[in-house]
This record gives sequence, structure tokens and C-alpha cells, in this order.
Amino acid sequence: MTALVNPGLAEELERSDEFNADACMNCGVCSAICPMGVDVQPRKLFRYVLLGMEDRVKAEVEPVFSCLLCKMCEENCPSGVHIAENVRTLRHHIVRTVFGIGRG
Amino acid sequence: MPLPTGDVIGILADNLRLRRSVLPLSAKVATKWTEGLGLRHGGDTMLYTGMMYQLIPYIEGLVKAEIKFGDSWLAKYTGLGRKVNRVVNISAFMARPSAAERAVYDQVPINVVHLLRKAGVEFGALFEDDLYSGALAYDLGADEVLLEHARRVHAVFRKRGVKTVITIDPHTTTMLRSVYPKILEGYDIEVRSYLEVLAEKGMAPSMMLSGDVAIHDSCVFARYEGIVDEPRELLAAAGVTIRDPENTGRQTWCCGGPVESLYPAKAAANAEKRVAQLRAAAPDAVTMCPMCFVNLSSAAGDTMRFKDISQYLREAYAS
Ligand code: SF4
Ligand code: SF4
Repeated sequence: MTALVNPGLAEELERSDEFNADACMNCGVCSAICPMGVDVQPRKLFRYVLLGMEDRVKAEVEPVFSCLLCKMCEENCPSGVHIAENVRTLRHHIVRTVFGIGRG
Repeated sequence: MPLPTGDVIGILADNLRLRRSVLPLSAKVATKWTEGLGLRHGGDTMLYTGMMYQLIPYIEGLVKAEIKFGDSWLAKYTGLGRKVNRVVNISAFMARPSAAERAVYDQVPINVVHLLRKAGVEFGALFEDDLYSGALAYDLGADEVLLEHARRVHAVFRKRGVKTVITIDPHTTTMLRSVYPKILEGYDIEVRSYLEVLAEKGMAPSMMLSGDVAIHDSCVFARYEGIVDEPRELLAAAGVTIRDPENTGRQTWCCGGPVESLYPAKAAANAEKRVAQLRAAAPDAVTMCPMCFVNLSSAAGDTMRFKDISQYLREAYAS
């Protein structure tokens, strides 16, 4: 499988000083306790961001927008990842680049 | 197929931009709760609703319409829905709650007025300038839309000389207290939830309540704003026996409300799980957020009863 790689994606997303997906150590606690069973995120999604796989991030519209921003994951994350803020930052990226809202 | 999600967000964003609210309410509907209360216009301390309680019955009407149409109501309209919405307000057309439904939600700010007065707090209201906080735009990542809206709210505070706002629901509280300072320059409004204000006053109840009540913490109050003890102190001092469900306090389980406008079926499934936890704790439950209230009570049907915390508190402290 080929993926559209945008090495600047993580940087672009770092516009929020709270975006810290690189702190994730992939332990899986967040996905295991997520009330929505959002299992692709934040773990895999953050990996996609770190690898700059923009098309994969954009293909995950439903899980990204299914997140409740309830912070249950964050409360229990051993690495202090700002999961909800990271999800919101991904939403902002998708809202602008896929839905064309908020540009100009 | 991402289009319907984008369209729903687009419509909500258009409404916020063009009509100052996610679902535009007339000034008459938004300020109905103030009638007959003799509230002061102006002053430096304001009770602020952020229109949350007034909006919920409309959002509920919208969600009922969505469920009829399937999991994404705009699948029927796709791109067309948003274009139409710019001209005609289709979302308000689809959601028209009865006066009785609206009265249930309007009762909450009324309760809060009586409680704050009993506690000796001096405050006024902003009436038609009491604007929505933009919480949904923030949650959906529509940051540019949010910023434009937050500036409008800030301009109102400046113009009216507001220094402190007393909020009711958790979403307005976190927007005004934790989000606005990060995005607005020179924003220095003091924001307190009425639960914090009341807990600090240490009022004595005028009537003791009894019975077991399951407590549903709002994720936003508990995990974003650290408000966990205040509602418990106020209820316990009023004689209520608080029953904690399996997930409680900082480990509370979300009602599902935040995804209701995009994925109502998923939101409902989540609410059912939470209702089962609460029902195992007690047949009566207390909520502190209108979104939690509407989601959980509609998932529970007649299997258990939900009441907003302001109902219990008014009965105990200001009846
Ligand atoms: S709990 Fe934290 S560290 Fe573990 S996978 Fe989730 S975000 Fe990464
Ligand atoms: S914030 Fe989102 S990803 Fe985290 S537990 Fe809640 S719904 Fe799941």
C-alpha cells in the first residue's frame, strides 16, 4: 500500500502548543477504556500523524468525529498525552482541508 | 463517505456565524426564563446561561428528526442542505419543541436565580446579549468560526462592564474560563460555576431532603474543570444520600451528548450503557448539564428518573 506522506503534517498540527502526539508510547490504555470504542484513535491516528500519512488521517473522519472529547482516556494515559486537544487539532485540520470550513 | 459529517458541521458553523447561535433562537425564546424575576440589567457580576438550557429542547427536536432520517440526517440533502441553510434556517424549521418541553429547561436558570439570591449574591443578567459560548464550534475544531464568535462575546462583556460571570452548565463554564483566555487577547473575566459559588457560601438548607440519588458527574465539570466535590457537598448537606455509580468523579462515564449532532445512534448506545450503571446505583439520578440530562433521560425512558441538580438544591435551600 502506498500512502501520501506529508512530513510537515505533524509540524502543521503542532500549531497548538498542547499537541503532543509524540509523547504517546502506544500502550493501548486509551483505546481499551474509550466509551465509544474508538479504537483507531488516538493510538493509530497519532502514529499516522507522526509518520506524516495525511491521506490516512483524512480517511479517519468518522473515528475522529466520534470522539466525545470526554478525556476518559487522558485521565488514564500514563504518558500525559493531551489526547482530547490532539483530537481537536486533527478535527481542525480536517475541517479546513476536507470540509473547507474556516478558510479565508 | 465524509460529506454528511462535513455538511452537518458546515450548517452548525454557518448558523453560528450568521445567526450567532448553533441553532438560532428568537430573543423572546432565549430570554423567556428571565420573565417576572426582576433581574437587574447590567452590573459587574452577571448570571450567564450561554443559552445552553434554552437550546437543548431545540437540539433534541433536531436529533429526533435526524433519527427519522437515519444516522446522518443530511444524507438526504448532502451539499444542498448547507446551501439552503444559508438562506432559510432549516435547522430551526426541523426542531420545534413545545412550550412544556421548553419550560423544563427554562426552569434551571430560574432555580439558579433563587439559589443565588438566597445565598446573598448580587448579580444581574445580560438578557438578549447572553450569547452562546461557541462550545460546539470548539469541539468540532472550527477554530476560525469560534474565534470570530468569542470576540463578539468578549465585546459584549467589555461594553457592559462585566467583570465576573456566574455560569450554570459545564460547557459554558469551560469555554469562558479555560478556552477564551487562550484565544482572546486581554480577556480577564472571572468565571465561576454557580455550584462553586453556592458551595463556598456554606448555606444552611431550609428543608432537609431524603432518599438515595445516583450522581452523574459531567465529564467537563469533573475532568476539565475539577468540579467534583461541590455538588456532593451541597447535596449531602441537604440530606441526600449520594450513590456513586461504577464510573464516577474524575472517572465518570460520558453521556454521549457531544457526538449527538453527528452520530445520534452512537450517542444513544453510549447513553444506554451509562443509564445501566446509574440504575444499578439508585432509581433516581442527578445531572448537572442539560446535555447529560437530555441524553440520559431519553435513553432511560421510564426505567429511572433524572433531575437537574438545581431542582434538588432549590427545594432544599430556596423553597
Ligand atoms: S494511553 Fe496515552 S500513551 Fe497509551 S496509547 Fe493512549 S495516548 Fe498513547
Ligand atoms: S476523549 Fe475520545 S478517545 Fe478519549 S475516551 Fe473519550 S471518546 Fe474515547
